[in-house]
Amino acid sequence: MSDLTSAAVPPLGPDDHLRGEGRAVVVYADLGCPHCAAAWAEIAAGPDRVAFRHFPVASKHPRSPALHAAAEAAGRQGRFFEMVDSLYGDRGRVDDPHLWERAELLGLELERFEADRRSAAVAARVRRDFESGIRAGVTSTPAVYSLA
Amino acid sequence: MIAAGEPAPDFTLRDQDGERVSLTDYRGRKLLIVFYPGDFSPVCGDQLSIYQEVKGELAAKGVELIGISVDGFFAHKAFQQHLGIDTTLLSDFEPKGEVARAYGSYLEGLGFANRTLVLVDEDGRVAWTYESPDPGQFPGANVIFDALS
Repeated sequence: MSDLTSAAVPPLGPDDHLRGEGRAVVVYADLGCPHCAAAWAEIAAGPDRVAFRHFPVASKHPRSPALHAAAEAAGRQGRFFEMVDSLYGDRGRVDDPHLWERAELLGLELERFEADRRSAAVAARVRRDFESGIRAGVTSTPAVYSLA
Repeated sequence: MIAAGEPAPDFTLRDQDGERVSLTDYRGRKLLIVFYPGDFSPVCGDQLSIYQEVKGELAAKGVELIGISVDGFFAHKAFQQHLGIDTTLLSDFEPKGEVARAYGSYLEGLGFANRTLVLVDEDGRVAWTYESPDPGQFPGANVIFDALS
């Protein structure tokens, strides 16, 4: 079972999802969270280099695990932030057929997308971010940390 | 606030289903009591939702989790369903705040419990406590696991 004792926000790593230039900030966000959706436009348009880390709170937003898995799967085909932008930009259509439609619009290989988003590896990757957020003391989303 | 080492005051309160639950029901297990101000207040929802996500890890350490506020048990049922959590919520309704007072968590004048955590050991003694500086802040789950480590 995982260690969830306190720890600093992990530094940027080779498999972090990064976009932009400038000062690095880490954002723990929930793809099912309306507050995150409202903040995302500003975060995405800002001057910082953003590292998105998964923080699905499934009890509060039951579709969040599926959305995070979809984003991670899209990332495995090089379209992580495009999927995040899509999910925050249109929050009303997030059932599986809608996710397939989004994947097709992004030009993803659908069979691979499906296999990846349902895989244990993707679930573990999402959970790894979540646990790092818990250890860093995340109590609500979005949680933004500036890295020195 | 009650101190570590003291016996945890016994209580019998109704849960979200109206069933009576006592502290002694948990004898032999560790119990984390989450006192919180009230159902449907914004911060309380985040706190219980976050803790729900790590209940598996808490269970692996032999810890059960309950929430206590002054709300009636009908409100607890609605709140539990609203949040999609299965944490037992106990109603410290009548006499109002009696259990919170016994644990030193009740905020006189405000009429509800402060956001506090009390870890009760298997023998019914207080093992650890945490008191938020104000009701608007809650401890992250990491604080709980630090206490358990």
